[in-house]
Formats: sequence, structure tokens, C-alpha cells
Amino acid sequence: MGMDYESILSKRVQSMKPSGIRKFFDLAATMDGVISLGVGEPDFSTPWSIRKEAIDVLERRKIVYTANSGMIQLRAAIAKYLNKKIHVNYDPEHEMIITVGGSEAIDIAIRGLINPGDEVLIVEPSFVCYAPIVEMTSGIPVPIATQEKNKFKLTAQELREKITDKTKLLILPFPNNPTGAIMTREDLEEIAEVLRETNIMILSDEIYSEMTYGRKHCSIAELDGMQERTILVNGFSKAFAMTGWRLGYLCAPAPVTQQLLKIHQYIIMSSPTVSQYAAITALESCDHEVEQMIKEYNIRRRYLVEAFNRIGMTCFSPEGAFYVFPSIQCTGMTSEEFCEKLLEEEKVAVVPGNAFGASGEGFVRVSYAYSLKHLMQAVSKITDFLERHKQ
Amino acid sequence: MNELLHLLKTNARLSNAELAGMLGRTEQEVAEQIHTLESKGVIRGYTAIVNEELTRSTEVEALIELRVTPKRDCGFDDIAKTIMMYDEVESVSLMSGMYDLALTVKGESLKDVAMFVSQRLSAMEGVLATATHFVLKRYKEKGILIEDEEFDERSLIW
Repeated sequence: MGMDYESILSKRVQSMKPSGIRKFFDLAATMDGVISLGVGEPDFSTPWSIRKEAIDVLERRKIVYTANSGMIQLRAAIAKYLNKKIHVNYDPEHEMIITVGGSEAIDIAIRGLINPGDEVLIVEPSFVCYAPIVEMTSGIPVPIATQEKNKFKLTAQELREKITDKTKLLILPFPNNPTGAIMTREDLEEIAEVLRETNIMILSDEIYSEMTYGRKHCSIAELDGMQERTILVNGFSKAFAMTGWRLGYLCAPAPVTQQLLKIHQYIIMSSPTVSQYAAITALESCDHEVEQMIKEYNIRRRYLVEAFNRIGMTCFSPEGAFYVFPSIQCTGMTSEEFCEKLLEEEKVAVVPGNAFGASGEGFVRVSYAYSLKHLMQAVSKITDFLERHKQ
Repeated sequence: MNELLHLLKTNARLSNAELAGMLGRTEQEVAEQIHTLESKGVIRGYTAIVNEELTRSTEVEALIELRVTPKRDCGFDDIAKTIMMYDEVESVSLMSGMYDLALTVKGESLKDVAMFVSQRLSAMEGVLATATHFVLKRYKEKGILIEDEEFDERSLIW
């Protein structure tokens, strides 16, 4: 008798939708000579001093498990870094877990908080993983659609409308993938004011915190009384161009961390040891390299914003991450139609905005984690495309 | 570094409009800044990076190390200035270390370059010794790969 995998596999897993980004790129992968603007990871190499540290560690040390919550030296370095960047104090002993990328931090935070039926507010458009993880814990994802007219920031009004007595957690992903939106201190203060009267926790996904242009990143944990309500997630992938090293962290009040650590310790034990050593070097001696990368991203960002607005794909000037999120309204197409046609006719790949939530419809995500030369080629092709399809 | 110079050093053919977009300035501001940089002599010229393998050129290139006796009062400048007058000489730099001047020299053939070194350079007053190294293959110049495009290892997932 052959295996009946449908009845073997979990119904919950089978009902999960594959990532919308993934679906689109499976199509792109079948074509030759595609110019992609789709990737969500830096085009820079990990700074050499970080790689050299990893090489030295491989040569000199035994690569054994670390403490479950990560090497204490790394946690201490993160505490110092966060103090410098966002002026918040975290106790490296009791308020921090080193995770396998920011992704694991998001996973254990949601699993650690959500009971069946709890509602989780998810600011959208946003990265694709939040809702599926919430669903796996039998929580209920409640999207909050942000608006282009507000530069895709979350407003107090939008938040208030979605809060019920079942709301447990707010997922606050800024600087934002895919819109590039940021929340300033004043914007966050409005949100904090709503939340201070509640028993709602915040999962603040700040993985793009180093990538802001013109002003420094502000964390909601900085605001009065908010650190105790916040699970701060960050990592090394974007800031230090270390995606493949799989290293992130979460910081939260000790009673929360203590519980989340149990999940981490059963499923992961400890995060990659070589990466942890390298991450200490990243935090302690790569300010200059990070600064150079940000300058380069900023040049590309300005180029794309100007170019898209000029050719009629209107685009607010995003102040964070490495994406621009232009409107495709001038073509009258849906996001998916636009992306499929652009791929077919010009072999340029961008990601449909609705892959990041229904409110992303009418937009596309364009990554500028590419060289200027590459971006200019793509823009020239998109310009030709628009000339044919603009209404 | 000045962002405008940085961009021009990466690609000198960017239009003023493109540069203006990238720098968040107006086209006119960019034009003025470039003009200032040129007239002050900060920008000395613009050139192309060519993969000679794909042209019909049979030109050869050599790096030449030169040990020289510095002159009283003007040090190495005098001899460097004499050497750079030759059309065959592409670049001249004063070096720290085992030798004094580093030259790149171009010629039609190996023999051409060899003759230039033995008859012109070695014979020059103050030149103590030369060492000639012919360039066999160029991989990268001014940050630009000569043959292959860089391969993007990133998969199209996130």
C-alpha cells in the first residue's frame, strides 16, 4: 500500500499558504537573464574583520554548544550596543536570548505568549512570517492596514480600532519591510499612549534599525514605561551583512525571557557558536564598515525614489530599510499582474505588494540591495515597460 | 569622501540628472560642483577601463621598479618629471620600500618595452637599477572586474 501523505501530514501545516514572495520567484527562477530587484538581503559581503574572527575561532577553539541563552560575552556586547544606540538598559544575564536569526526570536516570542483564541495585531504591509506563526499557535492574526497617505506609519487611531479584550500582542515592524517606513519618536509616543492603559505586549521587530536615512532609529522600548511591555527583536543579518550566519537576539523583561528560553532550549539548544564569536567583533569594531554601507544604500535610495517619481510610479521617500514601495496605480493593473507582465516582457523581477498583506495591493516592493549599475539597468527597462502600459 | 567624487570614480559617465537624483541635489548644483572640481584641478580627467583582450590591440604593459639617486634640493621630483615626459610611460609613483619609483609602461611588443627600459631609462642620469615585470593578465582595475561579472549568490527567496 502506498503512503497517503495527505492524511499523514498535519492539517494545520497543509493549510498554511506558501510565502507570496516565494511563489513569484519560483516563476522568475525558470527564466534566463532576469534582472532581479527582489532580494531582501544585503549585496555587501560580511566585513572582513568579522570573517577573520570566525576563521581564527575555527582554527583555535573547540566549536561546542554555548550557554542556552548565548555566550555571556556576546550578550554583554549587545547590552552595551543597545545602550549606545537606543539608550535602553538590558541585563545580559536575565533579559536576553541569542537566537537563530531574528526569525527564531519572532517564533519563540509568539509561541511563548499566545494561547488559542488570543488576538495578535499585525501591522501590514509587513514581512510574511508573522501571521503563519500566530496561526500555528492557534492565535488569531488581526491585520492593521497602514496607509500610503500616512507614509505607512501606524497611527493611534488605526491601533485603537483593532484592540479588543482578546488582544494579547502587537507586532510592530519598523523600519518596515516592504515599505521602508519608519516610526519617529513622536509617532511611537502616540502608540505608547494607547498601550500604556492596556495589558498588551509589543513585539518590536527592529532588524533594520541600522538602516535609517537622515535620522537615527528610535525604539518603542526607549519611551517611558514601555520597556516592560516590549519584546525587542534584532539581529546581525541586515546591519552587518550576515544573513547566512543566522544570528539574532531578543530582549525582554526577565519573567518573559525565562519562559521563552525554555522553548529555545528545547528546539535549538544554543545558536551557532562560530557566529556568536564573530558577532562580538561585529558589535565592537565594525562601526566604520556599517557607516559605509548605509551611505551607499542612501545613494541608491535617493536614485530610485527620484527615478520612480519621474516615470510616474509615485513613491513616498522611505526613511528606512532597503526597499522602496512605489505605486503602480498609473498602469491600472493589480500588483500580481504588474509583476508577471514586467517579468515576461522586460525580465525584471520585483515583488507584488500584496505578498506582504492585502493593504500592499497596488504597490510593488523594490529592493536596493543591488549595485547602482544594476539598479540603473532595471530602471531603464521599467521605464520602457511603463511607456507601453501607462494609462 | 565627497559623495560626488565617490560616484564619479565608480562611473564617470553618470549624467548630471542621474547624479542629482542619487545625491538629492538639483542638476544645476551638480553641474556647478563638477565645474568647481574640474577648475580647481581636483578632477584631472576621465577615462575608460578597457578589456584589451577583446580589442585587436597587441599592446603589452609592464611594471617597472626603479632605484634612483635623489638630487640635492629637489629629491625625486626632478627625475620623476623627466620620466613622465615619455609617451610610453602611463604612470609614475614615488614608493616607500625597496625601490623608489614605480612606473607602468606600454609598448607595441615585449621588445619595444625592453628597448625603452635599456635605452632610455637605464641610460638616464641618476638611475641605479631597474626591474621589469610584464603584465600577463589583468583581473581588476579601479574596482572594476575586467572579465567576468560578479555572480550574485543570493537566491530569490526573501
